[in-house]
Amino acid sequence: MDNSYLIKTDELVKIFPMGESKITALNHVNLQFKKAEFAGLVGPSGSGKTTLLNIVGSLDSPTEGSATVMDQKIEDLSHKQGAELRNRHIGFIFQTFNLLPVYTVFENIEFPLLLQNLSSQERKDKVMKALEWVQLADRVKSKPAQLSGGESQRVAIARAVVKEPKIILADEPTANLDATNSHNILQTLEKINQELETTFIFATHDEKVIQYLRRKITLIDGKVAKDEVYDKSASQGEEQ
Amino acid sequence: MIIPRLAIRNLLGAGLRTWLNVIVLSFSFVVIIWLQGLYKGMGDQARVAQTDSEYGGGQYWQEIYDPFDPLTLQDAHAVIPESLQTLIDNGQATPILISQATIYPEGRLQIIQMKGIDPAQNIVNLPTQPLDQEGEELPALIGARMARNAGLEVGDTVTVRWRDAQGTFDARDARIVQIMKTSVPTIDQAQIWVPLDKLQSLTRMENEATLVILAQNTEEFPQTSGWIHKDMDFLLKDIEMLVQSKQIGGSIIYVILLCLAMLAIFNTQVLSIFRRRKEMGTLMSMGMTRGKIIQLFTLEGAMHSVLAAVVAAIYGIPLLLWSAKKGWAMPEAVDDYGIAGLGEALFPVYGTGLVVGTTILILVVTTIVSFLPTRKIAKLKPTDALRGKMT
Repeated sequence: MDNSYLIKTDELVKIFPMGESKITALNHVNLQFKKAEFAGLVGPSGSGKTTLLNIVGSLDSPTEGSATVMDQKIEDLSHKQGAELRNRHIGFIFQTFNLLPVYTVFENIEFPLLLQNLSSQERKDKVMKALEWVQLADRVKSKPAQLSGGESQRVAIARAVVKEPKIILADEPTANLDATNSHNILQTLEKINQELETTFIFATHDEKVIQYLRRKITLIDGKVAKDEVYDKSASQGEEQ
Repeated sequence: MIIPRLAIRNLLGAGLRTWLNVIVLSFSFVVIIWLQGLYKGMGDQARVAQTDSEYGGGQYWQEIYDPFDPLTLQDAHAVIPESLQTLIDNGQATPILISQATIYPEGRLQIIQMKGIDPAQNIVNLPTQPLDQEGEELPALIGARMARNAGLEVGDTVTVRWRDAQGTFDARDARIVQIMKTSVPTIDQAQIWVPLDKLQSLTRMENEATLVILAQNTEEFPQTSGWIHKDMDFLLKDIEMLVQSKQIGGSIIYVILLCLAMLAIFNTQVLSIFRRRKEMGTLMSMGMTRGKIIQLFTLEGAMHSVLAAVVAAIYGIPLLLWSAKKGWAMPEAVDDYGIAGLGEALFPVYGTGLVVGTTILILVVTTIVSFLPTRKIAKLKPTDALRGKMT
């Protein structure tokens, strides 16, 4: 295996049984992602974006082929090893935020660190740092029900970032947000990507997200139709 | 320690739903302990009353004496053997002679047992001192139930007729010198107590007795021919069985209460697992294993009983202590139930074993009931959970 890649898929196939028929969600997908990529899986509904994210995130396993994340083959991982990989190296951002409703903002962000058995002070320091990233330090005691959509997603980002994972997988992170909030969120994610060198993979068909991507992978019917890399620094330079 | 912390957070965070379950469960705690305390109190009171007033520290029975067979009673008497006489002389036992008799209160006929007892005895808690009287009339001590049934009062005289050892009928007037209020029906109903020496003389059974009551804490039980030693286990067997039968009735209420509380917990758990699938998916995505999630949800359910124990302690301890002090007033009709020791009030007794046992039982049952629905989580796929689907 080429060790320069954080994520690599080889002939990845995922088939879902649907009654007596079968749906092929991923059809021999070969992709590699390097450190600090800001990539997006783009395509219509049912094209396999979320399925690919789930497999890369060790939430699901391939039917055929292989997915290697941080040198670990997803298909060979036990439930416990998969959980360990997610806890240490992978952060998730969901369309519906998925905050734990009975916990405060602080507690929600602290949660992944509790699973890592860090000391109280370490947890506090990391949570405060994550809150600074998303500029929500003043809402630590709020409950999710008291937050706006944009604030909720920022808490979800802080929760994904707080353990400083190598990979963050974001499934339609802006689908429930207005344009202003979407841009704020994306700018925050871009900043995290650049400063922490975290690899971001989005599953999206939101144009606002797509314009931030430095790599756009188009999936159609479970196959990679296009894999485009943009030189953002050049275009930013031109804009300036 | 993370799981207990999270369980407490989740449980308290669930608000009203948690507190409703906790209140129902705490009510079960208090009522179960109170009910069991009542039965324990009933058993204790019955044992103490029966021991104090009738059984002493055990008895020796003339070999053919059978309290449930009136036909053999006229032959169930014998001269007190020397070994028992020594105990009686030392104040460690008192003899009782029992004879069948008939009284004629207000012209009616009533079959009774005439029991002879030493007026100076202090082996059993009977007010026998007033029997120590001389005169033509036979001094008699009766219980309040007997007095009520026969329409007798202190100072009344009533004709008593009996058969002596030779089978000859004889009769004499007995004067009621004392009416005792006792919670032990078996020393009261259909019997009169008279001085032992007078009864022995009237029935021509000199130095004879039907049974000998030993002082409490007697440790030596001499072997005597023609007399059978009845220990406390034997004498209290009927009470134990009676209390046990009452406890079975109480246990049904116990089980119903526990089932109601457990149904609430089970329902909450099933609902929780159904409604919180997305949360489970989120926990999995953050790296929590299914095993840990099962532990978390089981502990959340089980902690209902811990909170319930705390809540039950807050209002239950004062309530139970007050109840133990004041007792539960018994209606007069309870006298006819045939249970010794109930008297005017029943005082619940709460032992450490009862409280700890009930707490552990509820904790274990709640944990099992909380665990059962969580087994579904073991089959839950993270992707389905995140979509809010049950696998």
